[in-house]
Amino acid sequence: MMDRKDWPLFEIFIRPKNGLSHKHVGSLHAADARMALDNARDVYTRRGEGVSIWAVPAASIAASDPTDKASLFDPADDKVYRHPTFYDIPADVKNI
Amino acid sequence: MYTQGLDAKTEQGAQPSPRLVTEQEAALQGRFQERVDAEEKIEPRDWMPDGYRRTLVRQISQHAHSEIVGMLPEGNWITRAPTLRRKVALLAKVQDEGGHGLYLYSAAETLGVSRDELIGQLLSGKAKYSSIFNYPTPTWADIGAIGWLVDGAAIMNQVPLCRCSYGPYARAMVRICREESFHQRQGYELMLALAQGTAEQKRMAQDALNRWWWPSLMMFGPSDEQSAHSSQNMAWKIKRFSNDELRQRFVDATVPQAEFLGLTIPDPELRLNAETGHYEFGAIDWTEFNEILKGNGPCNRERIEARRKAWDDGAWVREAAVAHAAKRRQRALKKAG
Ligand SMILES: [Fe+2]
Ligand SMILES: [Fe+2]
Repeated sequence: MMDRKDWPLFEIFIRPKNGLSHKHVGSLHAADARMALDNARDVYTRRGEGVSIWAVPAASIAASDPTDKASLFDPADDKVYRHPTFYDIPADVKNI
Repeated sequence: MYTQGLDAKTEQGAQPSPRLVTEQEAALQGRFQERVDAEEKIEPRDWMPDGYRRTLVRQISQHAHSEIVGMLPEGNWITRAPTLRRKVALLAKVQDEGGHGLYLYSAAETLGVSRDELIGQLLSGKAKYSSIFNYPTPTWADIGAIGWLVDGAAIMNQVPLCRCSYGPYARAMVRICREESFHQRQGYELMLALAQGTAEQKRMAQDALNRWWWPSLMMFGPSDEQSAHSSQNMAWKIKRFSNDELRQRFVDATVPQAEFLGLTIPDPELRLNAETGHYEFGAIDWTEFNEILKGNGPCNRERIEARRKAWDDGAWVREAAVAHAAKRRQRALKKAG
């Protein structure tokens, strides 16, 4: 029984419609990128879910470590001055 | 449901092995449960208890196998569908089920098992899949009954799975549920056509209902008293409702649909309890269910043989795809060089 270790995993991203960005929808195995695109069309866009497909070798994706979540993302929590509501503008001033 | 084999008490599985838990592990487990309780999703690279991972691999892969094996009873009728309209509907439905298998295998793989391992387990007969797909489809009416009852029962079970605590599984279920509703509707429409047709067509529809009713109720798995892992899976929010709760919902939803068809549910004890508003129904024959899980159903052997044949017959395609990809890479290199 031949296995498919030669078929790498591809992550599939679909642009749902013109003007929107690609969004991750799932993954599949394929012999190469072209086959990944063909198969992604058949499994992920059977009902007009997309106008464009990206197939990315899963091995090429670098991901942040979930255990680093606090050190990576918490520093942003106390920087309220990055948000527009931090600044006091009199109510009489319009269009700002 | 599609993973009812998990519930059988004879199975070893989710029970945590009786070993000492370190202080650090206990802290991780506590934190994990807090996240689950807060309805946070668990993602592939997050810490999770071994039992949670094991349970999910088993549940998701059994679910995937069920989708794939579930293509067989209906595939049986694609070439013999009575009209082109019915044929394209059935073809599209069976294709969807293949897609469902893929979404689920992919979700299982995020937990660290390989696709080949999972397929190997199915082909060797080691893996379980839903009991329902071990019944034959001798008449065209069976296609209607499967869409109406089997997909109907599947939807009842799968909608709560969209809120499962494991992110990739929950997201796969959202896709699947979106696609399932046409499956049930095309089945019911088919039953309606038969039920309103000639006397013989109506008899066919009734016969299919007679054969599929009880197996559909068994899809929800053993009754709560007999179900082994329910409480832990509830705590982990892998499962949201008990087998009996979901079964009751299915009966309540389906009985009026049968009445509309003018067909009779094959259960002399079925009656509406005016006080509770729920239908009461007769006892399920769990011996039949257990025999099927053990591999002794009417079609168990045939189903696995069909999968093995498909795998073996497809070997040259898999090999050719790899060879072709290698050739394309070579060509691209030459061009660049
Ligand atoms: Fe399905
Ligand atoms: Fe379905």
